Amino acid sequence: MSTETPARSADALRKDDDTSAPAKGAGAVGAVASWVDERTGTAKGFRYLMRKVFPDHWSFMLGEIAMYSLVILLLTGTFLTFWFVPSAGHTVYDGSYEPLKGIAMSEAYASTVDISFDVRGGLIIRQIHHWAALLFIVAIMLHMFRVFFTGAFRKPREINWIIGLTLLMLALVEGFAGYSLPDDLLSGTGLRAAEGFMLSIPVLGSYISYMVFGGGFPGEAIIPRLFTVHVLLLPAIIVGLFTAHIILVMVHKHTQYPGPGRTEKNVVGFPMMPVYIAKAGGFFFIVFGITALIAGLVTINPIWAYGPYEPTQVTAGSQPDWYMGFADGALRLLPGFLEFDLLGRTWSFNIFLGAIALIPVLFTIAGAYPFLEAWITGDKREHHILDRPRNAPTRTALGMAAISFYAVLFFAAGNDIMAIKLHLSINDITNILRLSAVILPPLVFWVTKRICLSLQRRDRDLVLHGRETGRIVRTADGRFFEAHEPLDAHTRWRLVAFESNRPLELPEGSDSNGVRRMGAAKQRLRTRLSGFWFNDRIEAVTPAELAAAHHRGEYEALEAAAVEDSHPQEFGGHLHGGAEEIGTSHAYGHLEEEKSDR
Amino acid sequence: MSFLAARRRHPAAIVLVLLLGLVVTGGLYTALAPKDAKAATATADDVKAGKDLFLANCASCHGTNANGTAAGPSLVGVGAAAVDFQVGTGRMPLTQPGVQAQRNKVTMDATETKQLAAYVASLGPGPAVPATEYTNGNGNIAKGGELFRVNCAMCHNFAGSGGALTRGKFAPSLRNIEGKHIYEAMLTGPQSMPVFNDTNLSPQDKNDVIAYLHNVDNEANAGGHNLGNLGPVSEGMFAWTIGIGLLIGAAVWLGRKAA
Repeated sequence: MSTETPARSADALRKDDDTSAPAKGAGAVGAVASWVDERTGTAKGFRYLMRKVFPDHWSFMLGEIAMYSLVILLLTGTFLTFWFVPSAGHTVYDGSYEPLKGIAMSEAYASTVDISFDVRGGLIIRQIHHWAALLFIVAIMLHMFRVFFTGAFRKPREINWIIGLTLLMLALVEGFAGYSLPDDLLSGTGLRAAEGFMLSIPVLGSYISYMVFGGGFPGEAIIPRLFTVHVLLLPAIIVGLFTAHIILVMVHKHTQYPGPGRTEKNVVGFPMMPVYIAKAGGFFFIVFGITALIAGLVTINPIWAYGPYEPTQVTAGSQPDWYMGFADGALRLLPGFLEFDLLGRTWSFNIFLGAIALIPVLFTIAGAYPFLEAWITGDKREHHILDRPRNAPTRTALGMAAISFYAVLFFAAGNDIMAIKLHLSINDITNILRLSAVILPPLVFWVTKRICLSLQRRDRDLVLHGRETGRIVRTADGRFFEAHEPLDAHTRWRLVAFESNRPLELPEGSDSNGVRRMGAAKQRLRTRLSGFWFNDRIEAVTPAELAAAHHRGEYEALEAAAVEDSHPQEFGGHLHGGAEEIGTSHAYGHLEEEKSDR
Repeated sequence: MSFLAARRRHPAAIVLVLLLGLVVTGGLYTALAPKDAKAATATADDVKAGKDLFLANCASCHGTNANGTAAGPSLVGVGAAAVDFQVGTGRMPLTQPGVQAQRNKVTMDATETKQLAAYVASLGPGPAVPATEYTNGNGNIAKGGELFRVNCAMCHNFAGSGGALTRGKFAPSLRNIEGKHIYEAMLTGPQSMPVFNDTNLSPQDKNDVIAYLHNVDNEANAGGHNLGNLGPVSEGMFAWTIGIGLLIGAAVWLGRKAA
């Protein structure tokens, strides 16, 4: 690159300087890039990727946290496989951890203790791996909540919603497999519980259990099998599905929150190159750094303290990792009378319902929701602008109700820890949680919906009447008014740019000839559901309403009265009438209009 | 530390150190000296003094002849070890009735405890206060750990952090408990606890368990803060609060950064 340059002033262009854009493939990087492109043809795809625009919002980074956690898991997991021995073979510990010396254990457990105490950096990598696993699933769930509450699962993203749910379910199983590998007392207890769950499956249970464990529990087959599942099978499926998940995000383009200039046809944000490369790349290191920091400071799964697994032993406070807690909690809440004898067999529905049936049922409901909502609204359009949760009150309330149900089950899994830490009776806690599992979801539904509607009303207030400035103005005849400042167009846009679905009208059950319509029952159901979803609703303020609010006679009169005797430019806004002047233009005036809609 | 370091040559320092030394020595002596006491060495005077103590502090629940009332069990045959455990850990005299007597401030001094134990031991044969050689925790830690996991962990948790039982009862935490009291609890089976007599767990086995528990108390935690050694519940709580909180905080911060 070094060529002789004639003397020149520092700021002048050289005579032979090329001011046109650099030719494609210029420079060393460009040369390599075109070399690769000429042989693979990836430049186009790469350019497409680099120009991809992403909107900026912290809640869009929850999925990123999950993604980076996955990368951390793959990296640290690979490290762990270098030393972990996936074998149930018997051995006697002779490592450096004194309190286990001379104890008989499996090779899997011995190698995990070795990783913790005798492999350089082994313990921190193990702890990073485990903390990252917990945070991975926390992030997945929060990401899922974000997608649900903003309506990002709507067309065209239904498939991605289902891929995401599948990823979550696989992550749960993957986590459980990892939790079971070290063969410490806790993981062995978890496997014993899992065996019990399998046995509770009517008719098939014992066959499934014998198949999975290669004979009676625990056997020697389960650890190598789980290892293959944990390091090969599930990671491959998870990475594959995750790739599909990301590709679909690219294809659909990212959703964005409503705002000025944001439409269903554009994405407002920054391009991948250079902004998001830097932001996302930086965020990866932040996530890795925070995870490593936590792993360096806080113990997770101290397998050396649990001791090796022996089927005769168990410890108080045997719980699964948090993500399986809800299933454990369901087990703890299900009443004992669900186990009964019939036809000379024992049917353990107290276990089956919580441990086996619950997960598929919950995931099926979650997977069906986008289709249910689409069927009820009949909405076939694409949606790239997100809903603010308050603008879909019933959906938000249903989501919160589901979360509250999940939370009850989740907390039930810790009922013993709550009992000792809060000095309560475990029986009382369990009974209260049983009751809560039934009562809390409807209560949360109702409260959330009311809050959403209230927030929507507040938005309407703000749009129609502006911000209360707190400035009191006295008119010439002694009346007091508070100056209201109208919202600027940017702020207002966010508050008015949404659609409020109307409930369906039931068509006539029969046509003009008195013949029953086909599918009338289905239509009736749809109408009823639509009523449940959309009967209570607040419409967005229309431009006409806004104009009316600003030009009602009384309003102008007040304004005129105020202006007469003061300096109008000081108000910077409208004046709003006293309490006795409430008219239809007032904050709650729309309530009357609403009633007529019902 | 620099506060202390800066004042180590202060004229009052020598006085303070001497005072501290005296208090520690005296305190240790009063705490440790009666440890050798055995029920067998009790005198008739001890029994008589113990009876007076019993009538004053215990008889309202256990009955004037210690043969029990509706409010408290008979103490005939529970032995000196039971008294030494219950009174020595402050569980008795009971401050208030409840589902379970809890560890509390110790209200009787060593002599009074010894006298009370002598009286109760005189009511009928029962386990005596163990000899120091089996309660000093010089046993085999690894074997003690295994015995602990087989016999104790299902209620007291793998690290002796405690666990829940039914209806508000609980297996208490075993952190920082004197070896003697651990031994006596195994020997006498207080409250919901089963008895581990010498045929279940030999005195040496019991000392191994004590060694294991003392090791848990003293062991440096290799992995960092242990979150109370309560298992995955506290880990999950940490992940959902501080863990994800830090990450979301970082996301919010990064989201606000101008591009």
